[in-house]
Amino acid sequence: MRRTPAELVGAEPGPAHHIDFDGRPVPALPGQSIAAALWADGVLAWRTTRVGGRPRGVFCGIGACFDCLATVNGRPNQRTCLLPAEPGTTVTTQEGHGRADLAI
Amino acid sequence: MLKTEPPLDVVVVGAGVVGAACAYYAARAGLAVTVVDRGPVAGGTTGAGEGNLLVSDKEPGPELDLALLSLRLWRELADDLGAAMEYEPKGGVVVSSTPAGQEALRAFAAQQAAVGVVAEEIPAERLQELEPHLSPRMAGGFHYPQDAQVQPALAAAHLLREARRLGAKLITGETVRAVRRRPDGAVLGVETDRRRLDAPAVVNAAGTWGGELAGLAGVHLPVLPRRGFVLVTEPLPRIIRHKVYAADYVADVASGSAGLQTSAVIEGTPGGPVLIGASRERVGFDRTLSQEALHRLAAQAAELFPVLADVTVMRVYRGFRPYLPDHLPAIGADPRVPGLYHACGHEGAGIGLAPATGLLIAEQLTGKQPELDLVPFRADRFPAA
Amino acid sequence: MPTSPSDVPRYDLAVIGAGPAGLAAAVTAADLGLRCALLDAGRQTGGQYYRHPAPGLGAARPDRLHHGWSAYTGLADRLAAHERAGRVGFLGGHQVWALERTGDGYAVHVTLGPEAADRATVPAAAVLLATGAYERQLPFPGWTLPGVVTAGGAQAMLKAGLVLPGRRIVVAGSGPLLLAAASSLVTAGAEVPAVVEATAYLGYARRPGVLAAVPAKLVEGAGHGSALLRHRVRLRLRSAVVEAHGTDRVTAVTVARLDADWRPVPGTERRIDCDALAVGHGLLPQIELATELGAATRTGPDGAVALQVDARMLTTVPGLWSAGETNGVGGADLAIAEGELAAHAVADRAPRPALVRRRARLRAFAELMAAAHRPGPGWTGWLRPDTDVCRCEEVPVARIREAVEELGAGDPRTVKLLTRAGMGWCQGRMCGPAVAWLAGSGEPGPDRRPFACPVPLSQLAAEQRAAAEG
Repeated sequence: MRRTPAELVGAEPGPAHHIDFDGRPVPALPGQSIAAALWADGVLAWRTTRVGGRPRGVFCGIGACFDCLATVNGRPNQRTCLLPAEPGTTVTTQEGHGRADLAI
Repeated sequence: MLKTEPPLDVVVVGAGVVGAACAYYAARAGLAVTVVDRGPVAGGTTGAGEGNLLVSDKEPGPELDLALLSLRLWRELADDLGAAMEYEPKGGVVVSSTPAGQEALRAFAAQQAAVGVVAEEIPAERLQELEPHLSPRMAGGFHYPQDAQVQPALAAAHLLREARRLGAKLITGETVRAVRRRPDGAVLGVETDRRRLDAPAVVNAAGTWGGELAGLAGVHLPVLPRRGFVLVTEPLPRIIRHKVYAADYVADVASGSAGLQTSAVIEGTPGGPVLIGASRERVGFDRTLSQEALHRLAAQAAELFPVLADVTVMRVYRGFRPYLPDHLPAIGADPRVPGLYHACGHEGAGIGLAPATGLLIAEQLTGKQPELDLVPFRADRFPAA
Repeated sequence: MPTSPSDVPRYDLAVIGAGPAGLAAAVTAADLGLRCALLDAGRQTGGQYYRHPAPGLGAARPDRLHHGWSAYTGLADRLAAHERAGRVGFLGGHQVWALERTGDGYAVHVTLGPEAADRATVPAAAVLLATGAYERQLPFPGWTLPGVVTAGGAQAMLKAGLVLPGRRIVVAGSGPLLLAAASSLVTAGAEVPAVVEATAYLGYARRPGVLAAVPAKLVEGAGHGSALLRHRVRLRLRSAVVEAHGTDRVTAVTVARLDADWRPVPGTERRIDCDALAVGHGLLPQIELATELGAATRTGPDGAVALQVDARMLTTVPGLWSAGETNGVGGADLAIAEGELAAHAVADRAPRPALVRRRARLRAFAELMAAAHRPGPGWTGWLRPDTDVCRCEEVPVARIREAVEELGAGDPRTVKLLTRAGMGWCQGRMCGPAVAWLAGSGEPGPDRRPFACPVPLSQLAAEQRAAAEG
């Protein structure tokens, strides 16, 4: 049995809570980013691209590449690798520019 | 030792959209053309522009005549190159925020109608039909169906590609160091830092640097830079259908003031981002980002289209419009130097006016009577300083 | 450096970036009597190198994911003391999008928090840029698949969020970060079937004297090496991942041998099953705030553009200083040394000669490492016409080649104007090196990004106002 990152650093996190990802609860630990909570749940993609409709998730992990964008609490184009997963955060897979509601 | 090349009919200095159009129409007329630019294709003002093909902002006169001819030529070019150049015959909407402003637009449109500009008055209550996201606080507007748009760098590159298919040659990254002339003054060609190009005609399509090139040929042409910023938003769906601007824009374009002027011109693009121009100020070639210009453009954009307050600005284009003191370009043969032709000084209208400029130059080069009277555009109209 | 009494209250020095260089600079400058603001886009100090879990995760031993953790805690303790004394304001969650020169000082324009909730402006007499670096990426078929992450990204997500992108992670690319990343990943429980390094590491051996002068680097390298040995990680030199396979996520990679120019050698392909790939080709200095002001740059031995600084760490822009990776990538020890040097210079105090010597030694080593990991020209041999180069705008190789070969583009800016490569959300940070390469312009020019990050239009439209004290 391999150890986990949390075991490695002797983590004793506060109680887990949940965020909402596309209508389903995903557990999150206090202090984790949205992207980290999704990775911990085995989810690697939460956006589809504007041109090819391809799935994307974290690439650079430090806020530089903007690949991990998602609609968070109704606001599109949020960098999930930077935003904390707070109790009740709602994350929606973002399609393309995420602004279809504005189209005329 | 400079390389020498086979003799040409014409050297075009400048690979922006105006130089590209000159090369295209000259090559189409059967001339042997080489285009030379110190930078890349569309590396100057062309690459920083929005691609306005406008008649709506022009009062009757020589520039409007040029714009009407150009719009016709853009439509012809679009038959083959429309998609490649992202040509959009989308029309313009000019809005006014006060009844007095609307009255001024009405008088302006009436003058324009006399020379063939189509404009339909849109009462305030119908503006949202044209532009659903437009602020409801407008007093009215005018719809100009002839206004259009291209992506300027693509337009320049595809005109040059067509010119090259017709035999023209493109040299980038070489600076013209001298305009060679005969003892009697007539043009013999140019020298770059690497080669000599022999031709009896040289077209000055050097944009903001047109004054310097004219100086190399020994003549005075007071081209000056007028700085502009354009905000570029995140990619969005189509939320703005036309080229939309506030009535003040017309006054700003025509003004000679050195101070910062901003009047928002807003439009969507096929690529997704919305472009928000345009500031104007005379500060030489200072590239410093002006926080005040950004602030005013953003505030005006949000006033016209409140929906934009919620979007993100990703970058800024900055460029220098080449202008002449009377705000008309220099187009055509320079009576002071046989073989020297000018195609520069179009200020913010260079994309729109490029094809007409190119066609008129090609007509002069081939000894035809130009379609428009070029006297208002003569380069010797400015007394030497 | 005195504060002009006629001005609104302003800092003597604004340090941008709270990684090793910025932390060292801020605490040293405060030691020397300057009033400093320390700004960082993140909520915690540490930057990328000392990135660590948020307090809520209750990590008792964050040092187990770090080299030189005590150096960080030392700096953090000094910072806390200065903060209590009011000499340093740490402004976390402050992402700087532009520097504006204002008479004899600077206005630092900021957007607040990852959600860019509001704007702020921090006035300062001088600015020290310690914005670090981000990873250089070279595209390959399949690199946009979920599960393909940057090597630094895998480390960042692990260090901060205690998560892994998969169970079986191939690590590939070039540069010392790969060993560090692989070592962290295996220590944290991942299986790493291979570390795939494009070079043969021969570069270091050419000048052994430089290496011997920095034993700490050797210790660090040996530390990674022993962790990798313990976990039986295979190091494949002169090889590259030439394709990632999968439909909606990566399921395997193809690794091929490279020749000395990084050209894949046909017939050497080998498939490795995995559920994640961590990839990177060295680091690129993040310098757009300075180049926007016209700061001069230099191209390092790794082909990356860095700021040109003098012996005092002053850029060519008056009042704008730079320390650490922005001066050329060189690691945390060098960043700390340069931060301390810059702080002395800003305070107009002479540094200890030993510090000057240490910096020179570390900088020489950095240049040596950089030269060893410079990408070879043959890497384009693993591209296919449909490989996306620009991830944001989904611009494939074929469109870029068309712009170069048919439309006369010969430089990255023209390619961008004609193809949209580099025009998307990341503003060319991910595709920049590849686009420059395909444009055939040789050395890339300095980054030109008027905005260092996207800014909500409403914040541009709002009036400027001062930042709250940190």
